[in-house]
Parts: sequence; C-alpha cells; structure tokens
Amino acid sequence: MSPRLDPRTWLRYLLAPMDGPLLLLMLALAGYAGIVMVSASPERLPLVAVNTSIAFTSMWIAAKIPPQRMMSIALPLYGLGLLLLVAVALFGEISKGAQRWLHIGVTRIQPSELMKIAMPLTLAWYFQTREGMIRGRDFLIAGALLAVPVLMIAKQPDLGTSILVAASGFFVLFFAGLSWKLILPVAIVGVVGIGSIVATGDIICKPGVEWPGLREYQKHRVCTLLDPTSDPLGKGFHIIQSTIAIGSGGMTGKGWGAGTQTHLDFLPERHTDFIFAVMTEEFGLAGALLVVVLYILLILRGLFIAAGAPTLFSRLLAGALTLIFFTYAFVNMGMVSGILPVVGVPLPFVSYGGTALVTLCLGVGMLMSIQRHRRRVGT
Amino acid sequence: MTAVRTPEQDLARFRARLAVAGVVVFVCFGLLVARFFYLQVVRYDYYSTRAEDNRISLVPIVPNRGLITDRNGTVLARNYSAYTLEITPSKVADLDATIEALSQLVDIQPKDRRRLKKLMDESKSFESLPIRNRLSDEEVARFIAQRYRFPGVELKARLFRDYPMGSFASHVIGYIGRINDKDLARIEESDEAANYRGTDHIGKSGLEKSYETALHGLTGFEEVEVDSGGRAVRLLRRTPAVPGNNVVLTLDLKLQEIVEKAFGNRRGALVAIEPATGGVLAMVSTPTFDPNLFVDGIAPPDWDQLNTNPDKPLLNRAIYSAYPPGSTFKPFMALGALTTGKRTPGYVMGDPGYFNYGGHRFMDDKVGGHGSVDIYKSIVVSCNTFYYVLANDMGIDAIANFLRPFGFGQRSGIDLPGEATGVLPSPEWKKQRFKRPEQQKWFGGETISVGIGQGYNAYTPLQVASALGALVNDGVLYRPHLARYVVDAKTGARRTIEPQPLRTIPLKQAHIDLIKRAMVGVNKAGTGARAFAGAPYEVGGKTGTAQVFSLKGAKYVEGRLAERLRDHSWFIAFAPADKPKIALAVLVENGGFGAQSAAPIARQALDYYLLGKVPAGIAPEDPAGVESADDEEHAH
Repeated sequence: MSPRLDPRTWLRYLLAPMDGPLLLLMLALAGYAGIVMVSASPERLPLVAVNTSIAFTSMWIAAKIPPQRMMSIALPLYGLGLLLLVAVALFGEISKGAQRWLHIGVTRIQPSELMKIAMPLTLAWYFQTREGMIRGRDFLIAGALLAVPVLMIAKQPDLGTSILVAASGFFVLFFAGLSWKLILPVAIVGVVGIGSIVATGDIICKPGVEWPGLREYQKHRVCTLLDPTSDPLGKGFHIIQSTIAIGSGGMTGKGWGAGTQTHLDFLPERHTDFIFAVMTEEFGLAGALLVVVLYILLILRGLFIAAGAPTLFSRLLAGALTLIFFTYAFVNMGMVSGILPVVGVPLPFVSYGGTALVTLCLGVGMLMSIQRHRRRVGT
Repeated sequence: MTAVRTPEQDLARFRARLAVAGVVVFVCFGLLVARFFYLQVVRYDYYSTRAEDNRISLVPIVPNRGLITDRNGTVLARNYSAYTLEITPSKVADLDATIEALSQLVDIQPKDRRRLKKLMDESKSFESLPIRNRLSDEEVARFIAQRYRFPGVELKARLFRDYPMGSFASHVIGYIGRINDKDLARIEESDEAANYRGTDHIGKSGLEKSYETALHGLTGFEEVEVDSGGRAVRLLRRTPAVPGNNVVLTLDLKLQEIVEKAFGNRRGALVAIEPATGGVLAMVSTPTFDPNLFVDGIAPPDWDQLNTNPDKPLLNRAIYSAYPPGSTFKPFMALGALTTGKRTPGYVMGDPGYFNYGGHRFMDDKVGGHGSVDIYKSIVVSCNTFYYVLANDMGIDAIANFLRPFGFGQRSGIDLPGEATGVLPSPEWKKQRFKRPEQQKWFGGETISVGIGQGYNAYTPLQVASALGALVNDGVLYRPHLARYVVDAKTGARRTIEPQPLRTIPLKQAHIDLIKRAMVGVNKAGTGARAFAGAPYEVGGKTGTAQVFSLKGAKYVEGRLAERLRDHSWFIAFAPADKPKIALAVLVENGGFGAQSAAPIARQALDYYLLGKVPAGIAPEDPAGVESADDEEHAH
C-alpha cells in the first residue's frame, strides 16, 4: 500500500477484492433503487445513501475475507445467533404482536437476520468437515441444525424470515446431494397441499376453522391471498391496491413520480416491501422486466461462481447464497403481484431497510470472495 | 448417497444440481413475468379504471331549490342560508354526553333532542343529522372555539326551506322533509339517484311534491382527486349545478288569505277557479298548519298535536274529502233535464210539498210545497220535490251519464298529489263498491235522493268548483291547475303551463243561459239574496246543505244536534254572470244551512277578486312583498 493518496492506487485497492460483473450488477440495482426511491419516498434518500454505503462497505469487507476464514467463524456465528434468539424469546421487545427485536445499548437488532448468513455458512462448514464420507446421518444432523433456529424464528412469529432461513439451509442440503427420493415427495406434497388449499379456500377460510400449526394472522394472510376481496379494507387492501398499481402501469408505466396509487397513499409500505408496485406503476412492464433481468444476471453469475468454486464449502455456500437472492426476489414480487401470501420479504437490494440490505450485500461479498480466491485454494 | 465418491463425481453431481436450480429459477421468473403480462397488458384497462376510480371522487354540488310564488309574485316558498349543527351518531362515542356538552355552548331544547332521536330511528347511523338548526352568530363562534372537543359534530352552512307566509296556503304549497327510505326507493326507481346525491330533502306533499323535478334542479359535480383517506387533493373539473326552476302559481295569495280569515276557526274548504283556463285562484282548507314545522323533521309534540287533532289540520279537504253536494247539485240536474229533453224550459209542475215513491214520502223542506214550479224557480227556491220527480223521470243511468263529463266522481287531474275520486252514484258503481249481492242492487228510491245531491253522492270541493267552471264556461271543462309558469332561475325564461281543455260537453247555449239566469236569481231573490245584498256585480250562486246525519223523518232543529252532526253548508258561485272570471265552491263543515255559513265567505272572496275590496283587519298590501331568488350555489 502506498502512503501517498494516489487516486489510481486507491481505486485499484478498492476494486481488488471485487468481482467485476457482480459489482456492476449491484451498482445497477442500487441506481435503479435510488431512482424508484426518489418517487416513493424522497425524504428517505439521505438515509438510503447512508445504508447503501454501509452495505457496500460490508460487501467489500466480506469480499476480502477468504473462504477459509469464513469457515472458521461459521460455528461461532451460528452459536451467537442461537444465543441471541434465546435472548429474544426471553427478553425481546414485542412490537406489532411479534417478539423479534433485542435492545442492546442504544440500538436494537433483529437476531433472526444474522441467521440468514450464519445458517448457510454453518451447514456448508459442516458438510466440508464431512467431505468424502457424507452419509444420510449427516443430513439428519444438518436438518437438526437448521430446524432449531427456524422453529425459534417461526415462533416469534416471523414467517417471512423463518422461510428465508429455512430456504438458505435447504439449498445447502440440496447442493450437498440430498436425495431426490426425499425432495420429490415433499415437493409433490407441497404442490398438492397448496393446490388443495386454493381449491377449498372457501371452506377452510371460514371464521372459526383452526389451522393446525399456524397462527390466526398466518391463516388470514393465506385466505386473503386466495380472495383479497374478502377483506377489502383490512389485509386484502394491500394486495388489491398493489395489483391495481401494477396493472394500471401498463406497458411503459405512468411515468416517474406520476403513479397515482403511490402518491395518493393507496399503496401501503411503498418504500419497503411494496416498492416493486411503485416501480411497475411508474415504469410499467418495461420496468418490471428490467429488474427481473438484473436478478437473472445476478443469479447466473452466482451459479457460475458456484460451478467454478474449488472447495465443497465454497461451492455449497455460493450455490445457497445465490438461491437466497432468488428466493427474496421471487417471494417479494410474487406477493406484491398477488400470487404469493404477504409474508414480509423485501425486494432484494431495492427495498428500504438497512439490516436486510447489509445482510444481502454481505452475501454478495462472500460470493465475490469465493470467486477471487478460487485459484489460491485450488488443488 | 453412498459413503465414498470421487471428487469428480461429486463435482459433476453438484453441477447437475446447479443446472436444476437454474431451470427452477427461470421457470419461477417466467411465472412472474407471465403474471406481470397478465396484469399490465391483458387486464390493463380494468386496472387502470380501478386506479382512476380510486383517484377521482365526485363531490355533488346541491342545486338551489326553486321558489314558489303566487300569481302576483308573492313568495310562498324560498331558501335562506344558515348554520346548522350536525352529529354523525356513528362517530360519537357517547351521544348523550356529547349533546349535554354541546348544550353548554348552544341552546338545545328538549324538543331538539327528541327530534334527533326520531331522525336517528329513520336514518342510518353514518348519516349526519341536525341537532340544532339556525344557529346565531354568537353560537357559531362559541362552537368553533371548542370544536376540537366534539369529534363527529360538524358545523354546516346549509340552505333551509322557508315558507314566509306560514300557514297560508299550506295545503297547496305542501312542504319538504328529509329523504326517507320510501323516498329513496322512489328516487332509485325513477333513475334519479345520481341527481339526488348530496340532497337530503325532498318534496313531501302539495306542490313541493308534485313539482319536485322542476324545483329540485340538476346536481352539479366537482371532480376532485382524493388520497386514500378521502381527502381532496386538487380540483380536476367542475360541473356547476343548475338551480331548480321557480314555479309561479295561478293562485292569488291575497284572495287565499281573505278566505282563510273568513273561515275563522270553522272547518271547511274553498276552491276558486278561472273558468276559461282551469287556473286555481284560491284553494283553502281549514284548519291549516305551519309547513315550516316539517322542514327539518317535525318535533314529536308538534306532530302529535297535528296528527291527533280531531279537526285534522293536515287534511286538504279541498281535494281529499268528498261530501254530498246537497242542493248545489240542482243546477246540474236541471241542465241535464233540459239537455236530455226530460224537461223543457216552459215545463211547470205543481209542488204538493212531498213526493211518494215505493211507500216512502220524500219531503220538501217547505211545508205545503212551493206551488207552481218551473226550472227557473226550482233553482231559485231550491225546490226538492221538483228534483225528486225529475230524478225519477231521468233514471240513475241518465243522471250519471250526463254528469260524468263534468268531472263528478273522477280525479280532476290537478297538479297536486293525493286527490280523492269521490262518488258519482250509478248501478255499476254500486256493484263494484259492495260485495254481497243484496247490497249490490240499485233501488229506485236511491235515485230520488241522488236527485237532490244527497244519498251516495260524494264530491270534493274541487270537483264541484271545476264542474261549475265547465257549466259557466259554456261546457268547456279545463283541467284545474295551480302552476301558471315554470321559470328558469338563471335566464328568467318562462314556460307557460298551457290551460288544458279536457272536453267540450255538448250543451245548448239557451239551456246554459237559463241555468245561469236562475242562479243569478238565487242571489237576487232566492236563498243567496241576503248574502249578496247590494253586490255591484251580477253573480250567480246556489246554496246547498249536505246531510251528515239521517234524521229518519224527524224534523231537523239545529240547536238540538251536536255540532259535528250538523249539516255541511255549501255555496257555489260565479261572477260576473255574463262573462264569469271566477267560479267557486265553498264548503263549511257542520255549518248548517248553506246561505248562513258558506255564502258570506263566497261574498268576501268575490268582493275582493272583482272589486279589490279587502275586509277590515287584513292589510291591503302584504309587507312580505316580492322577493328575489337566492342564486348562490351551495356545495355539500
């Protein structure tokens, strides 16, 4: 490192750990998010700038950490996460009917967010330690490592985060070679189950019918999704208004800052979970396709990195992280456009919200690290 | 998942799974894009309409209701602007406590509370209902200073309907009241729902009801952009309201006033018509009521007082009550006799003072009879026997057929709601009226009673006045009407309500002239002579007495009968006799002999209408005078 502040040297230093294609995609997404935010919530732009800076810094730091180091912090991170989840269950702050937050000194944190990173790290680490002798028993142990925090988060209750954590763990199991004999039946049962819920929605959504294992608000979300008009002023209002926003956008949208649904307050949570509706109301199908293409490129790059990763750990981690991005994007766009229940998942890299953005960027940084360190670790 | 595999095998399997994941990603994103395409392209029109509906709200601008004036421009119904305090019950947690707190600021009477309770029973809880009307400036100021204490209570500037003449002509003008469920159903049926958005009053009776469409006007709209909370953000477009038309009546309020005062506290009715047009000059029904009481929901004590009063002040006797016409029927009977050829002008009969029919003796009211009686004399002295014989000779069918074209026993078609039909007796009518076969049969003796205007005969004062109008108008019957012009409140353009001839009854001029001459004779030398002594104009008339109570042969002595069982007193008149400008019918309930009670009222009416003579105690010119329309528009 040169002591002189030569801009070129600095730039080289900054760019050194980064992966070019991923960085470009991140900049494109951040720029697009900024443009949409100008319309959705201009007063939050400074905060968005701060959050984005922190997130990109986190990404840069994560990109500098070699996969070996990541492996060594995986288990401690998991243990810390678990401890914090227990602490939340015991002393957590209750807000909006859910116990998710933990006060530490001046700020409050949401430990479940940590698990989104710790979970794939830990499971990838576990399978790396068992490399060459992976048996069915290992999948049981991994499944247990996965189930404990997922159930604790689901109990808070926070369905959205528990789905994301469960998905991140499941992706590791999947790439580690979980048998199709186990995956397919579950997938089939899932499809049949969802199909039958849709088919019998009228009956099982009647008030008084209890759903085993799910809370009343979760049942309500599913039922509202099946028939938003059943609750046009309550939960259904969000879905009805967001589909109106999307549909009224048409091919090219109403124009930047001209979304009536957005600006006349019909759209709920317009800077956070429902920002996709703002984007598509103002930029139409073209705007939606743009963000979908960016996500597809991001995922393809991630899968490419995973395919070229040298160790089992980095392969599993890269594959799982990539599919996490996909899960975020798919669930969010699905719920805003009314084909998935509203579960509180942000639009990755676009929605306002510092914690999620930092988590996601840490993931991207880890992908970059895997890509940059592939030769040095190679056998 | 076997224990040992080469790293190459592991890598190959891993890459295969990456490929599977890639496929799943593409399929899922494909699904999303298909969904976006469906929403944004296939269903674009639907969702863009929904977004517009969300965005735009129509705020109605309620039109000013038209004025009602008499033929001389005296205002009978108008609007004025005032503040009202309104409560939306559904937005108020504790209604009684709120009203109690409000009563510290503004004067709230027990009757205001009772009226609110009544309105609440009739309305939905989210409607805004008045607790106090017409607040003083001081009360407005006091409330505004403390309005933060009263969520769900609003101060509204509103137009109120006002009837400056109070109880005068109240039955004719009618009143407006708050729209209730029945009105709402009618509005929706006539496809007027959009025009009544924002309007909360509607004509309930009288001209206010029959000219509702003209008076109401067209509701305007403001298209405003609203946010999700319903707050207006900006005005997009404005369609101004078209104010309701003013209705100018044929009615002469001064004449109306003189007649109402002449009735004093007697019950009865008067209808005066311009024979050549059918225009109603006065329509009185006593006792009257104050229509102002109804405008914002009548207070229960006022309602009870009006509704349980045995004198039935709400009843418009002029069009809704049917009475036997008594001897006022005789000129029509005589004209029928001449027209059908049953009698000639020169026909003379000897009157013994009675007529025997079917073992019953029908008595004349003069013992020993009137001697030799011809058509002329039969009317002047009101000879019953002449008409007993005549009715018997004509037969009930000929009587009914001759009188039907005059409008007897039919609704006249006047521009007022709630007109009664009355009864023109005939065998067919009896068949329909009664159920049992033995009741349905027509008896000859019944024809005899009909001949002197008793029996089943029952006509409204309007029908009698209208029939007299046709008689003195040489057989041309006009539809009676109260509205003369409908005036556009903005441009002042008048649309004349054209007089509508209903039919021309085929009559011989000589016959008409004879009857009219005989009726003039009534007021010169007959039963009306005392009432019309010294009248400087030539006036035709006829007294009548309708039996309320059958004496079964006993002699009628007025003092011995309870007031309500006394005979009704009739008088019909027209003047000037050669070219009648006015024809009228007066009925005084339980007034006894027609010449006593009814004829003097007719005299006062004619003296004013023909001579401009105003009786003592009535101001010659009304101070209320002519007022200009209030043109300001009023948004709700």
